[in-house]
Amino acid sequence: MSVTAIVDYGVGNLFSLRSSVKALEGEALVTGNPEDIHKADRILLPGVGAFGDAIAKLRNTGLVPVLEKEIAAGKPLMGICLGMQLLFEKSHEYGEHAGLGWLPGEVKSLAEALKIAGEDSLKVPHMGWNSLTYTDTPSPLLKDIPEGSFVYFVHSFYATGCEDSLRAWAPYGVSVPAVVEKNNVFGCQFHPEKSGSVGLKILDAFLKL
Amino acid sequence: MLTKRIIPCLDVRNGKVVKGVNFDAVPDTADPVEMAAFYNESGADELVFYDITASVEERKLFDDVLRRVAERIFIPLCVGGGVNSIEDFDRILKAGADKVSVNSGAVRNPELIREAAMKYGDQCVVLSMDVKRVDGRFHVFVKGGREDTGMDALEWCRRGQSLGAGELVLNSIDTDGVKNGFDLEMLQAVAECVTIPIIASGGAGKMEDFSQLFKLDGVDAGLAASIFHFREVHIRELKRYLADCGVPMRL
Repeated sequence: MSVTAIVDYGVGNLFSLRSSVKALEGEALVTGNPEDIHKADRILLPGVGAFGDAIAKLRNTGLVPVLEKEIAAGKPLMGICLGMQLLFEKSHEYGEHAGLGWLPGEVKSLAEALKIAGEDSLKVPHMGWNSLTYTDTPSPLLKDIPEGSFVYFVHSFYATGCEDSLRAWAPYGVSVPAVVEKNNVFGCQFHPEKSGSVGLKILDAFLKL
Repeated sequence: MLTKRIIPCLDVRNGKVVKGVNFDAVPDTADPVEMAAFYNESGADELVFYDITASVEERKLFDDVLRRVAERIFIPLCVGGGVNSIEDFDRILKAGADKVSVNSGAVRNPELIREAAMKYGDQCVVLSMDVKRVDGRFHVFVKGGREDTGMDALEWCRRGQSLGAGELVLNSIDTDGVKNGFDLEMLQAVAECVTIPIIASGGAGKMEDFSQLFKLDGVDAGLAASIFHFREVHIRELKRYLADCGVPMRL
């Protein structure tokens, strides 16, 4: 059985993510151990809360160079929710924070974007089920998912300037990047582990990479 | 487009789902894990569990039930009942919930909202309240709707939002169990004073009650228990009906 490492760096609740991988008959290892991450077949980078706090905690674990090495070796990695946002170069959430810089782009305030777009009657956080619209570049994560399927979002900041890596977005006043991808690095802004059968299929596609 | 949510609510006591009518419990109906699976397959957008147990032993049983649900059901789970401390948040989140709903515990200690929001994020903290009209104003009630706190519900909603609540559940005691529609007047008043998502509860008796509810732009979700448990309204049919009425729905 192939092994998925779920990176544990002290942020968020990993119960559902681990349960969903298990439900897909994969082995899930919640771990902060470099050796475990090296041995795993793929890596999930979760995350909830604030960007600054999360990136600091992740850096403090010393795992960033470990993850970089695995990615360079071609191992698939998927960031989920805040875990996806960490993949970008920079975030403007409560100050400016450098991200991992594995994907080009910056994370900005959704509320400000909605204000500029004249859509500030929309609530922030963007919380609930929203539909996926695909770009022209297909993603292996979405191959079994019909366009327009619904997935579950909870977030107040969103990725910008990520046109090259963008594979799917959700309409919410502005186009909210939902799935991004560059080589073997993937990101989902929504929670696949909370998105019912659609989410499980997306996770399953990742487990089969 | 973000959809409106349909949320069945499961009151759990002694490891079983019960449903109170005007807060008086009637006999057990079913196994929570089986019911959760059934609702997930029926298209429920989220599940709410209320732990209505009293003893420590029963609480352990509830956590076990929650864990078994969370291992099988991959949609958002919100859990409330007896939440009085950060330790309660921790216990519930570790058992697999995504959101924790706090009611009288926050009335007693409003700082609990702030503390939990700081620790787990706003999206985790749901402020739930039981509301009843008293002398033409909306009051917050506690103890299963028996005790008037004298607090103004609209003021409490505003305060809850500023303390960091990510969502509100508004349960109308006036319409609960009557099955004659949600408390649109109260919900509209709340929608005008907060910007966080609002979940309406209390009063759903038929599909039309939901189409009336979602005419209020500020309401994001409709919650009900007995009409779903007793199959008076089937969630899949309800969602199709609402979609036909022009309400954005996940089908």
